[in-house]
Amino acid sequence: MQALFGQLLIGLINGAFYAMLSLGLAVIFGLLNIINFTHGAQYMMGAFIAWFLLNHVHIGEWQLGYWSALLIAPIVVGAVGVVIERTMLSRLYKLDHLYGLLLTFGLALVIQGLFRHEFGSSGMPYQMPSQLQGGLNLGFMFLPIYRAWVIIASLIVCLSTWYVIERTKLGSYLRAATENPALVQAFGINVPRMITLTFGFGVGLAALAGVMAAPIYQVNPLMGADLIIVVFAVVVIGGMGSIMGSILTGFGLGVVEGLTKYFYPEASNTVIFVVMVIVLMFRPAGLFGRER
Amino acid sequence: MATTIAATAPVRAGSNGMLIATAVMAIVLALAPFVGIYPVFVMKALCFALFACAFNLLLGFGGLLSFGHSMFLGTAGYVCAYAAKSWGLTPEIAIVLGTLASAALGAVVGALAIRRQGIYFAMITLAVAQMMYFIYLQAPFTHGEDGIQAVPRGRLFGLIDLANPYAMYYTVLAIFLLAFLFIYRIIHSPFGQVLKAIRENEPRAISLGYDADRYKLIAFVLSATLAGLAGATKAIVFQLASLTDVHWTMSGEVVLMTLLGGMGTIFGPVVGAFVIIALESYLARFGEWVTVITGTIFVVCVLAFRRGIVGELSAWWSRTRS
Repeated sequence: MQALFGQLLIGLINGAFYAMLSLGLAVIFGLLNIINFTHGAQYMMGAFIAWFLLNHVHIGEWQLGYWSALLIAPIVVGAVGVVIERTMLSRLYKLDHLYGLLLTFGLALVIQGLFRHEFGSSGMPYQMPSQLQGGLNLGFMFLPIYRAWVIIASLIVCLSTWYVIERTKLGSYLRAATENPALVQAFGINVPRMITLTFGFGVGLAALAGVMAAPIYQVNPLMGADLIIVVFAVVVIGGMGSIMGSILTGFGLGVVEGLTKYFYPEASNTVIFVVMVIVLMFRPAGLFGRER
Repeated sequence: MATTIAATAPVRAGSNGMLIATAVMAIVLALAPFVGIYPVFVMKALCFALFACAFNLLLGFGGLLSFGHSMFLGTAGYVCAYAAKSWGLTPEIAIVLGTLASAALGAVVGALAIRRQGIYFAMITLAVAQMMYFIYLQAPFTHGEDGIQAVPRGRLFGLIDLANPYAMYYTVLAIFLLAFLFIYRIIHSPFGQVLKAIRENEPRAISLGYDADRYKLIAFVLSATLAGLAGATKAIVFQLASLTDVHWTMSGEVVLMTLLGGMGTIFGPVVGAFVIIALESYLARFGEWVTVITGTIFVVCVLAFRRGIVGELSAWWSRTRS
């Protein structure tokens, strides 16, 4: 039983990362119509910024640790994203959307190559923040506090994103621009700026996930490369039509993966892809998607 | 609808020009070993050129971007290597078996992937290829990280010993040229024309009575089969089938070769493959910089050089003539 709950917990943690990453992909896709292949590399950059702040940056006596990284990493990576969008992606909007995929794939190779050149490919450990060390004994299982924090924090991030997009005025502009950008622009809303900021936000979300992942997984230049392919499968399963759909699919598939690790570990690497194949057979648009 | 991905493809040269260019290419390649060009390099480039041509058939003429073509290269490689080594079959039968395995995989994956379009198509093919990667990583017959090593080259048709470098070289060249002409024939057949019509405007092609999904599936299977032929041949040439060939970086590489050479052109993928393979063997000692440079070429091609080398050349040629 202990092992089952342990795997379920790991599944929920992975699900939290799937949810945050696929959410960012979905928000970007909604407005820009491109799939951001650099997302995995940006997640990795978030983790590296956290690592760098913890180990190399001191302001006087005060050390910039985990908590400041939660703020700084998304801003830095988001700013890099804004530059990428302004200088490169914005030139491609009139072309086939596949060019956006190719461009971001190339950028991911460049970023990952540079980090590997600089840091090698072995992972670097990241010290857990002291406030979140230790764990709780729940009777049926031992719950490390950091893991509980990751699940709760990512839920809060995902649900606030959902709230902003589905329930606020800013979100309604965003949804309107997703449906018909020309019309929204005609109403006097600066759509190109909105697109830029949306890209920056989606990318920042990836960096935030990276910071949260740093104490759990090792900080490694390739940590995002394989993850992003799984997240693509999550996106295909969920369909990118709804924000809530991305969140539910992310967490749900994490749990499915955790259960597979317990009951049939050989298939734990492939189970999400198998689910994708099954979903494609019966609901090609994805669980929450609309046919376009 | 935005411009389709290969709509920038230049007008094709006349049939005569094509034949002359193909003949020149065949002669140059046939003479290459005698002018001091390292045959192993040319054989490697030819395998990748065939792989890229197969990929280009799908992307350049069908408008379908597969980000998982490594699975066809790798599957055929594994089946061919296993057949040649463990069953002791002759190389031509091993290559045929490998190619058929990729064709079968292509039929299954194609039927799934064409249910979604555009970006989803790319993500689905990538995800399925990753699944195949994990399957090959765990399956006992592939020997995991080691791969199937020391595959015997054997005797072609039981007669010609392929351990002889020249025999191997001309076998690879013959396979490449036959497949190249086959692809040329497909593109200029009525089937190829319908495929291009579907790429340009799918609803219109459907309204004209063409079953778009069937055409796309056939194009996918053809592309997978030819990619498999490249992978099987490569396994015999290098006497090795390994995980490198199924990894997603290999799928990215074939996209790059096609993009750099010129997608939707006949010779583009061949040129792209030779350039990239040459670049990689030249840069091999710089380690991680290879990835950085590969990525940079990607970015530059997408931003400023979308027609690729052959596309730009033929656009320049038609400008100077008019």
